Amino acid sequence: MPVVEVEKLAKRYGDTVAVRDVSFTVEPGEIFGILGPNGAGKTTTVECIGGLRTPDSGRITVLGRPPADRSLRAEVGVQLQEGELPDRLTVREALELYRTFYPDPADWRQLAGDLGLTEKLTTRYAKLSGGQKQRLSIALALIGNPRIAVLDELTTGLDPQARRDTWELISQIRGRGVTVLLVTHFMEEAERLCDRIAVIDRGEVVALDTPAGLVQQTSDEQTIRFRPSVPFADALLTTLPEVRRLTRHGDRIEVSGNGNLLHAVVSALALNQIVAVELRLEQATLDDAFVRLTGREES
Amino acid sequence: MTVFVKLTTTELRLLVREPLAIFFAVLFPTALVVILGAIRVFREPVPELGGLRIIDLYVGIAVTLVLAMLGLQMLPAALATYREKGVLRRLATTPVHPVALLGAQLVANLLVAVVAAALCITVGYLVYDVQPAANMPAFLIAFLLSGAGVFAIGLLVAALVPTGKAGNAVGTLLFFPSMFFAGLWAPRESMPATVQRIGDFTPLGAAERALHEAMTGSWPNPLSVAVLLGYLLICGVAASRLFQWS
Repeated sequence: MPVVEVEKLAKRYGDTVAVRDVSFTVEPGEIFGILGPNGAGKTTTVECIGGLRTPDSGRITVLGRPPADRSLRAEVGVQLQEGELPDRLTVREALELYRTFYPDPADWRQLAGDLGLTEKLTTRYAKLSGGQKQRLSIALALIGNPRIAVLDELTTGLDPQARRDTWELISQIRGRGVTVLLVTHFMEEAERLCDRIAVIDRGEVVALDTPAGLVQQTSDEQTIRFRPSVPFADALLTTLPEVRRLTRHGDRIEVSGNGNLLHAVVSALALNQIVAVELRLEQATLDDAFVRLTGREES
Repeated sequence: MTVFVKLTTTELRLLVREPLAIFFAVLFPTALVVILGAIRVFREPVPELGGLRIIDLYVGIAVTLVLAMLGLQMLPAALATYREKGVLRRLATTPVHPVALLGAQLVANLLVAVVAAALCITVGYLVYDVQPAANMPAFLIAFLLSGAGVFAIGLLVAALVPTGKAGNAVGTLLFFPSMFFAGLWAPRESMPATVQRIGDFTPLGAAERALHEAMTGSWPNPLSVAVLLGYLLICGVAASRLFQWS
């Protein structure tokens, strides 16, 4: 049974349509990504799932219950983009306070350790750096030992090392059987962590697949660049069914195509005793897929 | 219950860490009593006051000052800041309803008010022999009613303002006229009858009158009680209708 089901979700604020038509299901134990440009409706979608907003229409169930069901609060940990803490509260006090909210809390010391906050336990919230606040926020989302963790833009504001540490932590959480719903606009994060991704644009799901599937769906084109050991005529390669295009840049050759392009090109060259020097294969990335799906650059 | 106790002790701790709050709400009213009592004429019986001294009046006024500082200044600013910064929003994602934090704020402020008022009364008694509440039950009732009325106004302000800064501004705007009617700048008894009559309908004017009556041995008059209950009811209901968690 899916842990989260969203069906034809719609939500508007006044005249602004935030979510037009969003449907997806999240399976137990997976890391499900919601990817999209700013203003696409990602945050509104997870706020509806978290029970913080009431959808205008559509149906959502979380662990088989409606999001407004307060019994879900102990089983769903939510990390919001805008949820600060009182300036004078220390990290330790925040962890100790929030753990009393839950029936079966995690060990706060270990959580603080996992998130690199042990050194900061006596520091007041106002004195934390942006990254430390973010890590505390993640810790508070996980302190109740949730079955589902909803994390909105969790690595925004973190430096590259902290970002990688946080990814590691998310993988560990999944390892414990927690289902993770991850909102992000970082391609690398989505590619690394997510089992499946829903790409949302202008309030609608424009694609839903694995990261590799999304790339394949939008583009199966590959490009090979190399320098041949001896000159040859274009026709040697352009007659291959896999090759779509061949261009020359000085003594360098660029071949684009699909299917098993690399094998076809290298075999044809080898048959003619030509060696491809400095060979590079370029495949489309999630970035390319994203731009194609949304018609925009990553924000 | 343990969650509420934990929330309340946390809020108390945060309040105590606010140096301005502690100064203005706890130390300043008592300092005012000490300073005004140092003026000799304020320690001489005034026949028009039925033989009371000015300083006898100022202990009650200082107690209303405590309530005004906490209820009109601290409470709305703190709650509006909590909403503005998403503290309430974050709480809404946990098993604890954010209304618990509101309750914890009220209890924490009330506890600070009790300590601050007790300090005023004790210092007034020890230093200037101001008789602490001749009618103790009446004083406690007057204190609780006053606190409830003023805090309800604070809650309504917190419900209406968008930010902590705005909460502070509105609170200050209410603070000065309220404290005028409570007699901070000139005791109520020295005001013209019309001004006194207007003051009877203001929260702190009614509070000061009820406290003063209890301190001189009588029971709070029905008008003050009705006015304070009215503020509690109207502002309390309005606040609970209008308060938004995010």
